[in-house]
Formats: sequence, structure tokens, C-alpha cells
Amino acid sequence: MNQLSTTAQQAIDEFQACEQWEQRARLLLQRGAQLQELPQTLRTEDNLVHGCETRVWLLLDREAVPPRFQAASEARLLRGLLALLLLRIEGLDAEQITAIDVTDWFAQLGLSRQLSPSRSNGLNAVLIRMRELLDNL
Amino acid sequence: MFLPSPWRQFFPGILAFAEQQQVWLDSAATAQKPQSMLDALAQHYQQGVANVHRAQHQPGERATRAFENARSSIAKWLQADAQDTLIFTKGTTEGINLLSQALAHHLQAGDEILISAYEHHANLLPWQQLALARGLILKVLPMDTDGHLDIDQAIAQLSTRSRIVAISALSNVVGHKQSLSALLSAARKIGAWTVIDGAQAAVHERPNLQQLDCDFFVCSAHKVYGPDGVGLLFARERAVPALRHWQFGGEMVRHCDYQHAEFLPAPLGFEPGTPSTANIIAFAATLEWLQSLDSQAIATHEAALHAALLQGLQARGMQIIGSPNCALVSFNAPQVHHADLALLLGEQGIAVRAGHHCAMPLLHSLGLAGALRVSLAMYNNGDDLQRFFAALDQALEILQ
Ligand SMILES: Cc1ncc(COP(=O)(O)O)c(C=O)c1O
Repeated sequence: MNQLSTTAQQAIDEFQACEQWEQRARLLLQRGAQLQELPQTLRTEDNLVHGCETRVWLLLDREAVPPRFQAASEARLLRGLLALLLLRIEGLDAEQITAIDVTDWFAQLGLSRQLSPSRSNGLNAVLIRMRELLDNL
Repeated sequence: MFLPSPWRQFFPGILAFAEQQQVWLDSAATAQKPQSMLDALAQHYQQGVANVHRAQHQPGERATRAFENARSSIAKWLQADAQDTLIFTKGTTEGINLLSQALAHHLQAGDEILISAYEHHANLLPWQQLALARGLILKVLPMDTDGHLDIDQAIAQLSTRSRIVAISALSNVVGHKQSLSALLSAARKIGAWTVIDGAQAAVHERPNLQQLDCDFFVCSAHKVYGPDGVGLLFARERAVPALRHWQFGGEMVRHCDYQHAEFLPAPLGFEPGTPSTANIIAFAATLEWLQSLDSQAIATHEAALHAALLQGLQARGMQIIGSPNCALVSFNAPQVHHADLALLLGEQGIAVRAGHHCAMPLLHSLGLAGALRVSLAMYNNGDDLQRFFAALDQALEILQ
């Protein structure tokens, strides 16, 4: 298990402090709003994650050291979840990223329910795609 | 909103959901089960089981009798003639796949299959794939601005090359009951086979195959308050001989040697392997129970719920797909992604469906990435709708 970064730990504290689903939802929307916009030119078929009912684009900036993911979605809550996923892997190398237990990460945030086993929100598909992109690095 | 459902008490699943603060508004996907169905299942298993149609022992005879009684009983529910055939399938999807394969040998390159623009993938893909494999033309019949099938246009599309017309009687997205008789009789005049996808329609009105003049009718038990994994394919007497055997295995042969075989006629020749005996028997029990209720009262109750649903959505400025008149409403909130709304409704214990509803080409043609769908059944009540609207208001407040 990787050590959590300070910002990751902050996110946990913030989400854990929520007592109601409304607060959690608002926080998630805020996180989503902070996710860096992905220009339309990068929202291509190639960058689309298959297996999400809601469209999600994911790409890996290979130039950056360590490599950096960019993600986007049309759904705002999903964007929040993506932001939290990116936050968790920030600064990690390929091997560390693959070792991450996403389920555990969202459980720590108290967001397990958002990770439905059905494909509809597709975060698992996002993770699989991340691993593929890293494998091809 | 005082719209109590006198039938709610007969559905343990709905009562269990209520205890968990869950509101089930996704019955178009699958319906909850009445106690009578659960009892029939338990009783069937408790009295000891046997295969049907094969054994000489008494349990086998009893099972076979119960199974064939179920067939007759379900045929009666459909108001089929004694000469018509009822084939058991796994569901609507399998029924349509069966037809697309069992009729395939009649079709030649350039022949036409006609479907509507609003078909569920189950009534699109089997025909699409058949068309691709055999060089057929798949014609897609257009909808009018209300999202209803344009019957005049549909009839105008028929040609001497039209061989199959396959249409859903109630769209799982638009929620509009289609009147199809004019199209069916026009199709029949030019000698095309007609297939009705009754997956949604059968739930809200007992099928009447005396009146609905199609060659084939398919539906799924699980949507009509029955068990999973069972469906039926009704084949009218005149159309049965057109079907060629499509799946092969035990219990469908008259004679078999290593190199050749002769098959039984329908229905048994189209039911190879061990059937879902318990579920078929429980399906018949479900339908018998349904027929013991006041169908007019159920229809009135469902119509009142539907009107209240539609009105509440309209009052909130929701963008409704088409002009639904039965069972369900699909919609989007302006400027809100359907997935966001679905998630926040889910947080509040409201089970509705969000996405493309297995009708991707339809949503695409409407310029939508998806939609939410609220669907109703006899056990829903005014409280369910009230809770839905309260949750919708909360979710919109957060998202807008
Ligand atoms: C109109 C329609 N046709 C076909 C189907 C497929 O039914 P099943 O999945 O039971 O085979 C459905 C189910 O959603 C439907 O709504």
C-alpha cells in the first residue's frame, strides 16, 4: 500500500466529515469542478474509455515525469470521482499506480456506494484503461 | 397524492424494499413478484421434481401434466386459439433470436425486414445481424414528433420484397401504446410475417391474440410479475409451418441416427433440452392470479399514477421524450446529465433507470446521450411518486 499524500489525506478528512449525502454530493461536485478541463480536441474516440455508459475520456501524458493522467466526463459527479482517482495517483509511478486498491480508496472516502458493480458509472473501466495505458508506456 | 394500491400487499419484494426505504420505479426493467408466484415455486419444488416429457415414472408424468397444463393456461391468458402454438423460451430476447433464425431460410438477398425506430436492441440486433449475413435490407420505420410510429408512413414503406415486420407494441423508452392493426393487416396482405414484441405491452394489458392479428408474439415472464428466465413465443397456426428447427438437443427428436435426424414439430421441436419447468409452472400461476384480479381497476390505477407522474414532471420543466400514454416516462432535466441525476436519486433510495435503455439508435437520433426512466406497476402508489418527486427536487437543487 502506498503512503497517502497530504492532499489525499485531506480529501479523506473532508469526505469523512460529511454526515449527509447532500454534503458529500456537493463536495464531489466541487472536486469535479476543479478537474482540469480536457479540450474538445482531445475528446476523441481513441481516448474514450469503453465500458462506461457515461462517456469518459482518459489519456496519459507520456512527456510528464512521472507520467500524468488527464480525464474528463460529461457527468459532474463522475468528474468528481475521477478527480479523486487522479488525486490518489498523483506523483506515483506506473508500478505504484497498478498496486492501488481503488475500492479501498473510495471506501476510505466513504464513497463505496458510488462504485457500483454495474458498469454504469464505469470507474472500474477507467482503472483498467489506466493500467493498459501504463503497460504500453 | 392519495393513490393507494390495493395490490401492494401481495408483493413481498415491494414490502421489503419499503422497509429499506427503497422505492421501486424500475418495473419496466423487471417487476417484483406476487406471493402466489413464490408459493407456486415452493410448492413445485417441495412436492419432488422430475423431468418432463421423458420419464415413465409417476413423478415424471405428474411433472409433464403440470407443465402442459401451464402451457394451456398461458395460452388461455393470451387468448390464443387451440390450433395456435406456444413455445417456451428464455425470454423476449431468445424468442426474437429464435424467429430470426427459424425464418432465415425463407429470405433472399434484397428481401426486406421492417422494424420501428424505437425498438429495444432485442428486436433490432437479431434482424440487423440476419440482414448483414444475408444481404437483406433492414428498413427502419420512422416515428412522428410525438415519438409514435407513423402508421401511414410505415404502410407506405411496405413493398413486395417485405418479408418480416417486427414491431414493439409498447416502447420501453417512449411508453406509448401503439395501435398496430392497420399495419398488421397491410403487412399480411403482401404476405410478410408479422412479429410483435410484447415485452412491455403484456404487462399493462392482457394480450388478446384474437384481436391482435400478428403471426408471432413474444414476451418475458419476469416483466409480467413472473419468474426470471422464461418467455413465450406465440405462433399462429398459419405461421408455424414456416419455422425451421433452430437449436438441437435432447427431447426434440422423433428419430435420430448418427448421420441424420427427424425432429418433432412445434412446440416440442423448438424446446430442446430440459426446460425451466418450475418457472414455467410458476409463470402460469402468476398469470392465473393476475386474471383473478379486477383488470379494469388495475388499469385505472396505473393510468392515474401515470397521469400524476407526467404532470409532476411537466410542472418541473422536465424534457419528456415523446408523448407517453402508458406505464412509463423517460425524461431529462435541462442542463443536467442523466447519470448525475440518477446517482442522486439512488442516494435517496429511488430506483429509476438511467442510460440508453437498450435503444441506442433511438436516443442517438433524438440527440440524447441518455435519459432517466420512471416506470410503474400495479403495486406502486401515490407515496412512491411523492417520494420520487421530493428526491428529484432535492437532487435538482444540488445539481442546478
Ligand atoms: C420492448 C422490449 N423488448 C425486449 C426486451 C428484452 O427482454 P428480455 O431481456 O426479458 O429478453 C425488453 C426488456 O427490457 C423490452 O423492454
